[in-house]
Formats: sequence, C-alpha cells, structure tokens
Amino acid sequence: MITFQNVSKVYHPNIIALENASFQIVPKEFVCLVGKSGAGKTTLLKLLLAEEKPSQGQVFFNEQNIGNIKMDHLPVLRRQIGAVFQDYKLLNFKTVYENIAYAMEVIGASDAEIKRDMPEILDVVGLSHKTSSFPIELSGGEKQRVAIARALIHRPKVILADEPTGNLDPYHTLDIIRLLLKINEFGTTIILSTHNREVINSLGKRVITLQEGKIIRDEKQGRFIL
Amino acid sequence: MFVLIKRIFITGWHGITRDGGMITANIFIMTMAIFMISSLFFFRDLSAFLVANIQERADVSVYFKNDAIEEDILKVKREVGSIPEVKEVNYISSEEAFERFIERHSSNPVLMESLAEVGTNPFLASLGVKAFEADQYAGVVGFLENFQFNYLIEKIDYYERKPVIERIYGLTAAFSRVGVIVSVILILVAVMITFNAVRISIYNSREEIKIQRLVGASNLFIKGPFLVQGAISGFFSALICFLFFALLAWGLDTRAEFLFPGFGLLSFFIANLWMILSIQILSGIGLGVVSSFIAVKKYLKV
Ligand SMILES: Nc1ncnc2c1ncn2[C@@H]1O[C@H](COP(=O)(O)OP(=O)(O)OP(=O)(O)O)[C@@H](O)[C@H]1O
Ligand SMILES: [Mg+2]
Repeated sequence: MITFQNVSKVYHPNIIALENASFQIVPKEFVCLVGKSGAGKTTLLKLLLAEEKPSQGQVFFNEQNIGNIKMDHLPVLRRQIGAVFQDYKLLNFKTVYENIAYAMEVIGASDAEIKRDMPEILDVVGLSHKTSSFPIELSGGEKQRVAIARALIHRPKVILADEPTGNLDPYHTLDIIRLLLKINEFGTTIILSTHNREVINSLGKRVITLQEGKIIRDEKQGRFIL
Repeated sequence: MFVLIKRIFITGWHGITRDGGMITANIFIMTMAIFMISSLFFFRDLSAFLVANIQERADVSVYFKNDAIEEDILKVKREVGSIPEVKEVNYISSEEAFERFIERHSSNPVLMESLAEVGTNPFLASLGVKAFEADQYAGVVGFLENFQFNYLIEKIDYYERKPVIERIYGLTAAFSRVGVIVSVILILVAVMITFNAVRISIYNSREEIKIQRLVGASNLFIKGPFLVQGAISGFFSALICFLFFALLAWGLDTRAEFLFPGFGLLSFFIANLWMILSIQILSGIGLGVVSSFIAVKKYLKV
C-alpha cells in the first residue's frame, strides 16, 4: 500500500532530514515510528501527504507515485489519508465542531451524515461540551483531541498520527491509543510517530526506528530502543 | 454540488463576520463607487426625461398686439414657418385662447369670477413656435425681434423658459463629464481596495489555506469563499447606497420641484425603483466579485 524506495529528503545541502529510506507498509498494518527529536519522523509523514517532495527516490501510495503527483490529484490523495499533525493545524476561524466537520465537508459528505457521525467522535475524544469553542480557547490537549477527531471522522484508509499523544495526560493517551488500535482492527492502516516508550512497548507492533534520517531498525514486534 | 455551494457561502460569510474590520472600509468605498455609477444612470435618465418634457413645452410664444388683424398674423405665420429651424407654428386666436382658458379653469370659481369682471376677452392672439432643437430658439427669437412686422408684436415669451433649458443642458453636460471621470476613478479605487482587502484576507488566511489543502479541500472549496466575501460586501454596499438614494430623493424632492417645475424627484425615483436597485446590486456584486477574482487569481496559487 505504501512504499518508500531509497527516499532522501534534503532541505538544505547540510540538512539531510531523511537518507536513503526504504520500506513497505501493507494494508491494515499498524506501524510505529520512533526516533529522537529531529530524526526525520515528521519529514517522512510529510512525504506521504505530498506536503514535501522527495529529493531522491520514490514514494508510492497505492501504486501512485506521490513524488510527481499532479496538483489536481492532490485533494483526492489527501482525502484518503487522515492526518494528526504534530502542531495540530486547526482552522483558527472555525469552531471545534466546524473543524472536525471540515474533514467531512471536504469529501462531500452531506450535513445529515455529518450530524450523524459527529456525536460519536466528539464522545470518543471527550469534547462534546466544547463544540462551539474556537481553537484559541482550548488547551493543548484539547486541540490535539480535535486534531485526532478530524483525522478520524471521515474514515480514511490510512491514518498518519504524528505525536498524537504528546500533549495528553496518561488517561487520555491510553484512550487514544486504544481507539487507534480499534480502528486498526476494523482495517485502517495506521502510522504512529511517538516518543512515548510505554506506548510503544505495550503495543507490540512493528517499529521503524530513525536516527539522523536513516532507518536503523525495522522490527515486526519492536520495542522502544534509542 | 449544492452542498458545496452552500458551504462556500457559509465559509465566505464567516470570513466576513469573524475577521471583521477590513470589511468596513471596503464597504464604505464600494458604496461610494456604486453611488457614482448609479447616479450616472439616474442622471442620464433624469435629464432625458426633463429635456423631453421641456422640449415638448418649450415653444416660443409670440403675442400680437390687440389691434393686429388676423390676415397679418397669418402672414407672419407663413414667414416664420419658412425658417429652416422651425418645426411647426400654431396660430391661436384670442377667441381660442379665451375658450381654452375657460376649459382649463372652469372648475376654479375665483379665476372665472375675475374673468367675468374683466368683461371683455383679455387674451391676445399668439403664434406658438416650435424649433427642432432647444438651442435653435435663440436664433428664432433673434429673427422675430428684427422682423419687418415687429410692430405687430406685443411680446415674445421665451426668456422665461430659456434659462430652464440651458440649466438642464448645462447640468447634464457637466454632470456626465464629471460623473464619468469620477465614476472611473471611484471604480478603480473600489476595485483596488476590494482587491487589497481580499489580498490581505488571503494573506491572513495563508496558514488556514495550507491546512485546508492538507486535509484535501478542493480548489473551488478554498477559493470560493473569497469570491463570496467580495460579493457579499458588494451586496451590502449596494443596499446602503440604495437607502442613501431613497433618502436623497425624499429629502430633495421639494428642492428639485423648485429647480425644475413639474418634476417630482421622489416619484421619478419610485417609478425607476427596480432599475435603480438592480443597477446598484449588479454593480456592487460585480465590483466585489471581479476584484476578489483578480486577487484570488493573483495571490492564491495552488
Ligand atoms: N522545512 C524545513 N526546512 C529545513 N529543515 C527542516 C525543515 N523541516 C525539518 N527540517 C529539519 O529536518 C530534520 C528532521 O526534522 P523532522 O521534523 O522530520 O524531525 P522529527 O523526527 O519529526 O522531530 P520531532 O520528534 O522533534 O518532531 C531536522 O533536523 C529539522 O531541523
Ligand atoms: Mg516531528
């Protein structure tokens, strides 16, 4: 489903964010990305969303070469991917409800469908009482949960979660990880980047370890080793 | 598709209500531009109306002395009728003038009484002269004043109307000249300001736009709201402008009546209500959409 072939990303001649990375992810897989800060995790996910182009090598999503994707195919690609961004990337002029609904509006869902799916997802992320707040009125953890809800609501085939629990307390962290596991069981591919040792070790899923842009380990039932 | 259009409108509306500030200046200048544009149309119609109205009535009346005989008057009529600028000449005898007066004022007892008191027919025989163009009257009058049958003529009634006609011509010409220039300037300024407002709005939303792209929003869904924003400010400017027009028409009604007798500004406004409203709304929305379109085209690269 997802293939990286000798992918490098060079932001600046002396900033090599990703170096010669190759791996494959099959449908329904649950993959953890670990690595120190600056190791290249976010960069890897950006290449998948076609937010950045690879400097070398190729990135495939369902046989499609994302490296040279046409502008008008971009929305179609991105609608299949639910992304939780490390910096949330919420729409500041939209309320919590509108932010989450936006992901559904984008795929052309009707208002009835949005109304139908919204309560459940709000309940899951525990934001039912904050629907009309704007992002600036939310705490870091609340924003993160809005971002998670937005990534999930339209039931994408793949979820890219970049540090989705970085700002959450242990209680909410556990909730979100359980949720990701459940979604994965229903058949959604999940790529989770995290610093959280406990989470990785308790998951017992595939772990790709990055160090200074290079993949130094890729284990089927990995552990958090840096 | 309908859902998409609806959402584009809602998003555009939110862009205005939640971003505020900028829109006020935008609406203000747009209102002025629309005001100018619609004034041009309004005045063009108004002056056409006035001139047609007055041209119909604007004849030179030549009143003959009491002792002038009909034969001479008819001779004068033929002479005047042969002037190339003259469209038609009507002879009204003193009896006819008398009858017409009675016909017109029979319901006015005061006038009738005073007429009865006079006892005789106080009306003079006259020729009504119509020229083809209003600016030919001066020539016609000049001809009559230096006429060989001058001694038959009691008075030439033209000078009373001349200033009115000239006032209208002067005003119309001056207004359309100045109006066109001012309109063009205001349109340019309005387009520039709206364009700038949308540009700034795009600039302020650049993070939002990036995010919208990242979650897979289509071009139309991202760009549409900016066009709607322009259209909405144009629409509101048009409404404000229309209210302003209505107030002016109402407030200046009596003054206009004084300036141009027989003309009702308010009733003219009411008669042309739909035309004025649609010109204003169309030019408002047009201005808004065109300027936003240019800004989006230029600054919202996809
Ligand atoms: N837009 C950019 N321009 C230049 N350098 C960049 C850019 N984005 C990332 N980098 C550099 O690329 C390297 C990898 O960054 P990346 O964001 O992928 O790290 P990360 O693994 O996600 O780190 P963290 O755990 O802190 O989020 C870093 O050295 C970073 O400074
Ligand atoms: Mg990162």
